[in-house]
Amino acid sequence: MYKILKAEKLADKIYLMDVHAPRVASHCQPGQFVIVKMDDKGERIPLTICDYDREAGTITIVFQEVGASTIKMADLKEGDSFRDFVGPLGCPSEFIHEDLEALKNKKMLFVAGGVGAAPVYPQVKWLHEHGIEADVIVGSKTKDMLILEKELESVAGNLYVTTDDGSYGRSGMVTAVIEDLVQNEGKQYDVCVAIGPMIMMKFVCLLTKKLNLPTIVSMNPIMVDGTGMCGACRLQVGDEIKFACVDGPEFDGHLVDFDQAMKRSQMYRTEEGRAVLKVQEGDTHHGGCGNCGGDN
Amino acid sequence: MADVLKKVPVREQDPKVRATNFEEVCLGYNQEEAMDEATRCLGCKNAKCIDGCPVAIDIPGFIKEVKEGNIEEAYKVIGKSSALPAICGRVCPQESQCEGKCIRGIKGEPVSIGKLERFVADYALEHDIKPVCPETNNGRKVAVIGSGPSGLTCAGDLAKMGYDVTVFEALHELGGVLVYGIPEFRLPKQKVVAKEIEKVKELGVKFEPNVVIGKSTTIDQLVEEEGFEAVFVGSGAGLPMFMGIPGENANGVFSANEYLTRSNLMKAFDDNYDTPIVAGTKVAVVGGGNVAMDAARTALRLGAEVHIVYRRSEAELPARVEEVHHAKEEGVIFDLLTNPKEILVDDNGYVKGMKVVKMELGEPDASGRRRPVEIPDSEYEIELDTVVMSLGTSPNPLISSTTKGLEVNRRKCIVAEEENGQTSKAGVYAGGDAVTGAATVILAMGAGKAGAKGIDEYLNKK
Repeated sequence: MYKILKAEKLADKIYLMDVHAPRVASHCQPGQFVIVKMDDKGERIPLTICDYDREAGTITIVFQEVGASTIKMADLKEGDSFRDFVGPLGCPSEFIHEDLEALKNKKMLFVAGGVGAAPVYPQVKWLHEHGIEADVIVGSKTKDMLILEKELESVAGNLYVTTDDGSYGRSGMVTAVIEDLVQNEGKQYDVCVAIGPMIMMKFVCLLTKKLNLPTIVSMNPIMVDGTGMCGACRLQVGDEIKFACVDGPEFDGHLVDFDQAMKRSQMYRTEEGRAVLKVQEGDTHHGGCGNCGGDN
Repeated sequence: MADVLKKVPVREQDPKVRATNFEEVCLGYNQEEAMDEATRCLGCKNAKCIDGCPVAIDIPGFIKEVKEGNIEEAYKVIGKSSALPAICGRVCPQESQCEGKCIRGIKGEPVSIGKLERFVADYALEHDIKPVCPETNNGRKVAVIGSGPSGLTCAGDLAKMGYDVTVFEALHELGGVLVYGIPEFRLPKQKVVAKEIEKVKELGVKFEPNVVIGKSTTIDQLVEEEGFEAVFVGSGAGLPMFMGIPGENANGVFSANEYLTRSNLMKAFDDNYDTPIVAGTKVAVVGGGNVAMDAARTALRLGAEVHIVYRRSEAELPARVEEVHHAKEEGVIFDLLTNPKEILVDDNGYVKGMKVVKMELGEPDASGRRRPVEIPDSEYEIELDTVVMSLGTSPNPLISSTTKGLEVNRRKCIVAEEENGQTSKAGVYAGGDAVTGAATVILAMGAGKAGAKGIDEYLNKK
């Protein structure tokens, strides 16, 4: 069992937890993820590592309520435990293997969409700790859903916040900010790292391709084991089929087939919808048709 | 009295009933039936059946005890050679191993050795007969990577020799392919697998699930930082293969590993569990091995019409005869001498069918099997909503790529000596599918035994 040492609500439907998992904390690097399983009957869910404390043996995870499992997970409190918590999984971000001096001469731009701010944070923090100041754009639907602003501010070179509805910071999508920075404010970047919903990463990539800006994305397909044994998370990257859990999750965004990846993410939509209804309706749940007597 | 030429028949669930549930198909012998079958054994002095068993169980020895009704004694005889008899009695391909060599099989049917082993082991589980525990612990730490059949066997043997053994497992449940691969209807998880593992725990073996060696820690760190003096790698061959044909990433195309993991390990077939599975209404399983049969019979139980699509003929099916027979009885349809060319996808990205081509058998290839050749202009389309690719697996390179000095061959299999499991790296031993590529449970157990012996010899010299 893996004890929750801190549980905090960051924004509407977005939660942060510190989980005691010393083996993961001692080995993890920016860019990697964990798989959690809440209880005996739970499913395995991949979550990016948002922060880690090697001394305390803890991992910080951030998740959003999007379906039955995350709704149930949101009820966990300080002192509760996850039944299973495995990692670190996937490859670390490539830049941690690069020569530090070369890296210092690189201008890096990070683009985070929604809860994508969580996986961006450890990368920018790592760079900051190694004397590199990267620019960060954070996009949020509304002011209320913005997370980790202070944390990102403390490690980023420049932080640009934008909301879809203009309720805070700049107004509009992250792509508008990228265009603005590069085309109107004369910013030059050597590489862009975009993490967020697939649709956002797709549009960032369409733009950066035009701008001739190499772009790395962190893919979030459906996963089961997360160790390379099933291929549920497979993606078309250029001419090759890659397993996001072992070959990624970070890939050259200009080579990823986003349309196919988004279609694959929809595979269990019906089942997920039924599961959410089951959690929300509790004992009154009857499968929907009113005749069948429930879907148990 | 039994007909000496024929096996005492074993009771099974009716095909029509079992095709709708996940309960075990074969119900096994009761004591009367087992004792009856045991009388068919001639008790050969120079018993060939023992040669056919990869762990060389004293087969006439345990059958003699069964014949006399001393089931606990029979269990002890098996226990000297095998740590997982309830599992092997169920899943070994006995027809090509012990039973294949039985003298009774020359004229008539061989003695039903697998079913007798299973009866003895189930009796021991039901009557809670404990394994013989080691008298002393020598305090020397050995790490075992992977809790599949090779790892469990190696750990059990080392514990019996007095070692302080810890097994590291990447998944959240113990058992490897026994829990994620082989379905409930062939190998019950709680009733059999969990209890057999409990017996290994009773020997003093410690288990750490959720540890991915190569990620959570490395073999070098286990040795340098955690004081393990030797390591056995039994990490299996879990990496699935795909065909590389168009449409393979469509929604509704699964590797058999994913399909079976969802159903077996995550219990997706049971609505009380959170993991979903899209059952499909018409399913094609591509391949002809045991895994293909398991996937097909699982899909059938989830309510689908199921086709096995295999490019050779029935005679070449690599699956066990008993499994093919069971699959047919339950209503799986065999599309033999048929090979997929393309998966057809609808506008929303879902499978809608498969383009296949008819095959004929040509000249034998290097392996001696007749090579399938496409028949020109024989392409046709079948309508489907689900395709399960069961084309075999290869070892995951995670461990070999993170362990300095560990030699692998071209197929990414770890190079290890057969008799003692020794690898190119001092103190590191390996066995099972990680060395051979996908093979059988009992071969993996044999390799686990050899590895334990190798490690004991190595540490005694150190």
